Amino acid sequence: MSKTDFPLSIDSRPVYGVFEMRAGKHHLMIADAEGAEALLDLATAAPADLWAKTHIIYIPKTTGKKYLGKLQALSPDQFYAGPSYEAAKQRIADTFSKAHMGLQVYLAGTEGLMGQAMYAATSAGIPHTAIQTEHRGSTARRMQCVHCKGITEDVTHDPFICSHCGLNLFVRDHYSRRMAAFQGVCIDAEDPGNVPKSVGLFK
Amino acid sequence: MSAGTAKLNVTVAEVKPINDLVTRFKFIRTDGGELPTFSGGAHTVVEMQDDGFTRLNPYSLMSDPADRDAYMISVRRDDQGRGGSKFMHSKVAEGLEMVISNPVNLFSLDLRAKKHLMIAGGIGITPFMAQMQQLAATNGHFELHYSVRTASLGSYAEQLSERFPNRVNIYHDDLGQAIDLENLLIGQPLGTHIYICGPKGMIDWVRGKAAALGWPREAIHYEEFLAPASGKPFEVRLAISNKTIQVGENQSLLEALEANDVDAPYLCRGGACGQCETAVVECDGELIHRDHWLSDEQHRAGKLIMPCVSRFDGKTLVLDR
Ligand code: FES
Repeated sequence: MSKTDFPLSIDSRPVYGVFEMRAGKHHLMIADAEGAEALLDLATAAPADLWAKTHIIYIPKTTGKKYLGKLQALSPDQFYAGPSYEAAKQRIADTFSKAHMGLQVYLAGTEGLMGQAMYAATSAGIPHTAIQTEHRGSTARRMQCVHCKGITEDVTHDPFICSHCGLNLFVRDHYSRRMAAFQGVCIDAEDPGNVPKSVGLFK
Repeated sequence: MSAGTAKLNVTVAEVKPINDLVTRFKFIRTDGGELPTFSGGAHTVVEMQDDGFTRLNPYSLMSDPADRDAYMISVRRDDQGRGGSKFMHSKVAEGLEMVISNPVNLFSLDLRAKKHLMIAGGIGITPFMAQMQQLAATNGHFELHYSVRTASLGSYAEQLSERFPNRVNIYHDDLGQAIDLENLLIGQPLGTHIYICGPKGMIDWVRGKAAALGWPREAIHYEEFLAPASGKPFEVRLAISNKTIQVGENQSLLEALEANDVDAPYLCRGGACGQCETAVVECDGELIHRDHWLSDEQHRAGKLIMPCVSRFDGKTLVLDR
């Protein structure tokens, strides 16, 4: 099962929906790992001509080849699969820079992927409320250390150690849209070394 | 609480006919001071003392928002209207002292947009005049598509084409010229916002087409102020002020409230902003809703009314005012 019900939290924590078909001249779908399932689910409801107007950018991560065949079988107008968001970044930027109004954007998969693609889309001028998101798969978080500003990807435990400066960071729900990351704050600043046991909160 | 916004005492500095239907008015502060700044798209509510009767009509400010010495509005004469535009055309002369409201903007530019695409019809050009000057001063990216009936009735069309030759496109109805809307919309770069001001048919046409082509709702802006229509006179009971008032044939419910010294909120006076929303306490008869603020369900439910444009026909109407 790739779906998660996130508990209610503070306002800055992003919320995700379920894809619905929307009118559009072009459709851009960016997904990672189990996010592929959201696209495949959409395919059951979508009109047949959708895929001829669709560009899929997919990052399989740990799912390897599992979804590749099925996604390609949708016969999208353009299909790209790559090793990481970083690697796909330029392609995403180019796509937005050449796009016209009427483009529909769908983001599916992990929060880290959706957050980064959301930032690229809103920077290109799409209002964030007009971008569809659907969370699937891992709940691991993309974290920014508020002290050294370094990003640690796929954080599953709280507290965790910043991969850049080595501080013990507490995982907050406070989210930065610009960084597309949750904020990690030093947990033992007052009493160095007094760090609660790290628990696996995210999978 | 006071209805509307703060008032400004102004003197009419110039009255200039633009064509057969449109006249431009220039206001300066009577005390000689500077006027408040505004942003493109703002309107002011002009008070008219017409035969012992106060009329308050909103007009878009068309002057350069950076110019604090004077405001300018353009008024199109509407012979079918209730008389506000006729008053402006026939009774307002240079030197007259008038009261206008502080500017209020219900049609502002979304400055996050990468490009501003403006669609104007007829007198709907006025808010764009201010917006274009604002954008030109800040290097904003904009493009205007302006439909006019004939060249001679195309207010400011020539002047705009001269000033912004590459950004202004004029369409003449009498020559069968029309905006190629579909292609225009399809060709817009990502991050474009569209702004529409003109007759209702034009607004509906552009909004409908943009939505069908997948434009996000947040990127579509329009301004549609309705002029309150005349109608059968009716009586209203006001529960809070404990008064019973009469609404005349050529008076709106909001105007009747004001004439009876009831402090009623408003901003647009044209059924668009939601400010005047008033609860219906009791209704035996039919509410004649004319606003486009309330939803269809709210109209059917009959629990709310917008006094700036809507009326009543029936036995008893009691409002929470
Ligand atoms: S005053 Fe704006 S809707 Fe009535």
